[in-house]
Formats: sequence, structure tokens, C-alpha cells
Amino acid sequence: MKNTLRQVFHSPKFVIGFVIFAALLLTTIIYPIVVTADPLEMVGNGNFFKPGTYVSVKDAVEGTRYTLNIDVKSGSLDNKISAEDKEAMKEWLLKFGGLTEADIDTNDVEGLIGLWEANYSADAQQKGLTASKKKYYVRLNNSIDGILLDNDVIIARENPETGELEQSATVGSREFVNTKDVANRRTFILGTDNFGRDVLTELVQATKTSLRVGIIAGVIATLIGLFLGLISGYVGGVVDDIIMFITNMFTVIPSFVLLILISYSVGQNARGVNLVGIIIGLTSWTWTTRSVRSQVISLRNRDHVNLSKLSGHSMMRIVLTDILPYLASYVVMAFILQISSGILSEAQLSMLGLGPSTSTAATLGLMMNWATAYAAPLNGSWWAYFPVVVTIALIAFSLNLMNTGLDQVFNPQLRD
Amino acid sequence: MKYLKGFKKYYGQKIMWYLITLIFAIVLNFVLPRLMPGDPVASIAAGSVSGMTDATAIQKVLNDYAEKFGVNEPMIVQFGIWAKNAIRGDFGVSFGQYPRTVADIIRSSVGWTLALQLPAILVGWILGNLLGAVAAYIRGAFDKVILPVFLFVSNFPAFGMAIILLTVFGINLKWFPTSGGYGFDLIPNMSWEFIRSVISHYQLPFWSIVLITIGGQAIGMRSMAIYELNADYVKYSRFLGIKDRKIVGYVFRNAMLPQITGLAMSLGTMMGGALVAEIIFSYPGIGSTLMTAVRGQDYPLISACTLIITVMVLLANLFVELIYGVIDPRVKAAQQD
Repeated sequence: MKNTLRQVFHSPKFVIGFVIFAALLLTTIIYPIVVTADPLEMVGNGNFFKPGTYVSVKDAVEGTRYTLNIDVKSGSLDNKISAEDKEAMKEWLLKFGGLTEADIDTNDVEGLIGLWEANYSADAQQKGLTASKKKYYVRLNNSIDGILLDNDVIIARENPETGELEQSATVGSREFVNTKDVANRRTFILGTDNFGRDVLTELVQATKTSLRVGIIAGVIATLIGLFLGLISGYVGGVVDDIIMFITNMFTVIPSFVLLILISYSVGQNARGVNLVGIIIGLTSWTWTTRSVRSQVISLRNRDHVNLSKLSGHSMMRIVLTDILPYLASYVVMAFILQISSGILSEAQLSMLGLGPSTSTAATLGLMMNWATAYAAPLNGSWWAYFPVVVTIALIAFSLNLMNTGLDQVFNPQLRD
Repeated sequence: MKYLKGFKKYYGQKIMWYLITLIFAIVLNFVLPRLMPGDPVASIAAGSVSGMTDATAIQKVLNDYAEKFGVNEPMIVQFGIWAKNAIRGDFGVSFGQYPRTVADIIRSSVGWTLALQLPAILVGWILGNLLGAVAAYIRGAFDKVILPVFLFVSNFPAFGMAIILLTVFGINLKWFPTSGGYGFDLIPNMSWEFIRSVISHYQLPFWSIVLITIGGQAIGMRSMAIYELNADYVKYSRFLGIKDRKIVGYVFRNAMLPQITGLAMSLGTMMGGALVAEIIFSYPGIGSTLMTAVRGQDYPLISACTLIITVMVLLANLFVELIYGVIDPRVKAAQQD
């Protein structure tokens, strides 16, 4: 046993897979200890907030201010004038400003603005421009003027008695706050999702739940597969024929279809995380059955098994002591694959809207489902789905690497 | 003559077996939902009378359902009614898209799914096997780079690959349209404009399925080919001085056979994954239809979708097995005895 383990941990593939998987598993255990917030709490009031640190505006306004001698104009210009606006400005300058391509560099915002201020005039002859386009340029010009105007922002309070606004402070463009001074801030490393939940916290919990689904499915599928495979292979004859007939049928009837039918019939309210795991397990035992059976068939006529039979040992004992130990490596490998396919099945079911009910738990599939339902890809909210896809792929990748590594240890012919 | 007879027997057995499986699948399709605590037909009937106050109207609706689904009859009679209708292609009227019939909805979506999945899985399978065989034969750097890449790629779920391609090529680079089977401003007809639109909408779903399939197949083929390359007959052939090209041919053919069986066994899983990938692109196939049906609690449509998926997978499997009979010399030999 010790020797086998040492051999297994010498396989680089297994070790890489094991490390990734262990890291994911540890994260799901340690992260909730550090971050105690409820993963399903709807923090954001609105959907898909960008990743980043959010600081309280009120705190920032009222906190200590520092004046820094930094050029802030180009920064805010860059931020407020989009790439399309720049292209539009260039187009106007080329057509009506009498400039050439060489004069204009859209990467240099200040230069571009300078040219724009020097050349643009709303009254200029603009042949071939539609009225809406002309108005667009007027608006653009106004907003640029607004940015260039370096006025202080006035902060005012409403007097509760008179209802008048009383100026309490002014904020100049070179005044800064240190984010550390702001008491109320929250960092969303991966932004928020469509419900306003913190994606990272939710993702960690979802990974944990999905792993649970995978493990439940894997245990059930492996147990059923092992049981049927052992009986089928060891007893043989009619029993074998019947079991194999059923197994072959369930191999070609897509388990996906059975999953849909059962999950739908169980109903939305009854579909908890555990039940989904059980359903997946009940529909994915065929592979294990087949491989266990073929192993048992090759084992059952070995000398040590025959010797056991001659000694009058019971079937139970022969199976447990003379056959099972030889199957252990296959069963472990099958179990590992079952976990990974279980997680995938959950994700696919959830994408169809047949996953566990949403209000109580997050799973990787449900996160994907909501992200696509709220068109996250179309509005550019990559953080709502990309980390989920990568997590699913990483789990499957690590499990498959472990499986391949084990395969190479136990099947020397496959070694490179 | 004897040879042909053997084949007939092989094919006859295969077709019989698949027929039995089909019947079994149909029975499951009928029985599974009805065995569950929330009997869909009963809850449909209950749902449609809730809120009605007129006693005679309620009675009429319930009678209507009883007649349509035979809910008051014993299970076996219900199955008879259901199977008779199903064989005629009558799955009733969709609840969600009333008054369209389920058969009509299925008819309009099954073509999209077939045209997307069959070529994609086939192309992915062929490319994957070629790459796997090449990786096994050349080894070295090619193998070292290609294998981990495919190992990682093959672990992406099909919908994950779909959403990544969608983000990169559809939204950021704007090379391809992001959703639908054709431009939303077009009416299906045989004009060039429509065909062009269909082709450009086809690219992203197609390649996401192909990429996923390539990964898994390449890995399988690579280890099969390495296994074969170490076999005694290869060493013997080398010893005899047979050309490398010819040996590679033998190896490829032998390594191919388990890959074909593997394809037959994993077709169901692959198609399931590809169906979910359709949802990402709102591709007008069975996958998207299924999702709409689930969202709309449209039981007749769900049941028809699962049935048509089963039939497609079974047919594809049967086809692979029939081809296998032609390719594998052992089947031929077994039938000649």
C-alpha cells in the first residue's frame, strides 16, 4: 500500500492534478473562514458591477483631502472620451477641418483635443453630414468644453428648516483622498453578478456545492457500477446476460435524456443539491459496470481465486478478499472520472434550468445559467461567467490528470 | 454468398437489438415522469383549472385532459394512447407556444441540430484522431506541446468553449454574429443573402463543438497508437524491413477500431453537451427549444424533445456499429464461421 502510494506520487501527471485539486478544495474550505459574508447576499443594488474597490462617496467627500500636483486633465479626458468619439473627431477634422492624416494622432488625447478646439466650429459648412450627426458633434463639443472647464465641484447640504442649500465644501480637481482613510469600502475582486452578489464569494461556495454534487454522484454511480459489475462478472451465465443487456441499453440511451426527464418530474421545489447529485449518480453507472465486469472476468479464473474456491470459501469472501483488492485501482480511477462528469452534468442540467433550486445554494451550473440568462456576454460582463468556466475546466482537468497518472502507474504499457 | 449471409445475420441482430432498446427508451420516456411524485399530467390539469370558478367549466377541462391523456385509465391504457399518438407524430399542442403543435416546433428545430452536430462531431473526431496519431508517431516537442493543450481544452464543457468563442470572436473581434441561426431581419428562403447569413451564424457553434471533440479524441487516439506502436507485430514488421508508412497504416487502422467503439459509446454524452452549447448561441435547434420548454413548464414539448434526442442518438449509434461491422475484419471473420 505504502509502496503503491509512493509510486503514484512519483507520477508527475498525478501530482500536478492532485495539487490543483487540493488547492481548489482547500480554497473552498479556507476562504469561508476568512470571508464570513453570506455568499448569496445581494450586496450590489443593480446587476453586473465591474471588479474593483468601491469606496463610499460620502466618506470620500467628508474625509481628509490631500492636494497632489498631478496632471489630472489627460486622465479624465482619456476616461470620458471613448475610442468611438476619438474616431469621430478625427473623421470630422479630416473632412471639414482641412487637416491631413499625418496631423492627427488619436492616441494623443490632449493633442487631439487641442486640434479639435482650434478647428471645430458648429457653424462650419458640413456637407454630407446628417442632422443627427451634426447634433452629435455639437454634444461632443459641449462635453469636451465641460471637461476642459476646470471648475470646482460644490458640495452643499440642505438646511432642514429652510430647505435651502448651504455650501459646505468645494472640491477642486487636484484634491485626492487616500482610499485607506475611507472607512466604508468593499472590494469585489470578480465584481458582482446579476443579483448583485459578490462573484468571488459565490464562486467559492458554488465550487464547494458542485464538488459535493460530483462526489455524491460519483459515490452512487461507483457503488452501483461496482455491485453490478462484480455480480455480472463473477456469477456469469444468465445473470451476466441480463445485467449486460440492461447496461448496454443504458449506455446507448443518452443519460442526459434520463436526467432531464427525472429532474423535470421531481419538480423545482424538491430539487435540492443532494437530490441532483443522487439523480446524476443513478444515471451514470454504466461505464463503471462495464469496466469492473471485464476486470472480474479476467480475474475469476486466476489460480488464487480457484484455490479459494477449492478451500470452500463463501462467494462473499472470495469477492471481498480475492477480487476486490485487484480492482481497487480501477475503481478509484472510475470514481475520479465520475466526479468530474457529475460536475459537468450538474452544470448542463442547470443551464437547461433543471438544476438545484436557486434560492438556497449556488452551484457552478447555476452561476452559468444566470449569467447567460442575463446576457452577461453581450454586455461585456466577463467576470460573471469566465471564472466559472475556468473553474469547471480546472476541476475536470485536475481530476483527469490524476486519472491519467494513475492509469500510467497501473498500466505500465501506457508509460511514455 | 455465405459471407453476405453472415453480414445479414450481424446486421439483423444489431437492428433488432436497437429496436428493443428504442422500445425500452420510449417506455422510459413515458413511465419516468409518471412514476415521480409530481405527476406532470395531473399537475397540468390541476394548474389549468386553478382560478376557475365555474364548476361545469372545470369539469369540462378535466374531462378534456382525461380524454387527451387518459389520466383516469390504468397506466397501460394510458401508454397505449400515448404511444399511438407518438407514432403518428402527434405530441399534442405546446403549452408554451400555443397554438403551435409540438410536432411543428420539433420539425422546425431538428434540422438545425442535425446540420450542426453531425458534421461538427464528425470533423472533430477525424481531426482529433489524426492529431492524436501524429502526436504518438512524431512524439518529441509536438507531442509535448500538443498533448497538455488538448488535455486542458478537452476538459472545457462544450458550453464553456462556446461562451469563450462567443466572447472573443463574436463580441470583441466582431467576426461572427453572436446569436440565432440566421440574421433576425431575414426570412428563411433560398437567396444568397440568407445562405451567407446562415453560414456566418454557423461558424461559432460549429467550431466550439469541433474543438471540444478534437481534444478528447486526440488524447484517446494518442494512447491507443502508442500502445499499438509497442505491439509485437510492429517490431516484427520493422524487422522484416516493411516501410514505415505501411506500418503506420497498420497501426492507425488498429488503433482506430477502439476509437470507433468509443465514439459509439460517448455519442450520447457528446450530443448532450452540444445541445447545451446551442443555448449559448440561441441556435434555433433542439437544445434551445428544450430550454424554452423547461422555462415555460411545457411538458408535451419536453417529452417530445427527449424522445427525438433519444431517437437521434440511437440512430447514430446504430450507424456507427454498422460501419464498424464493415471495417473490423474480426466481425467479418466471425460471421464466416
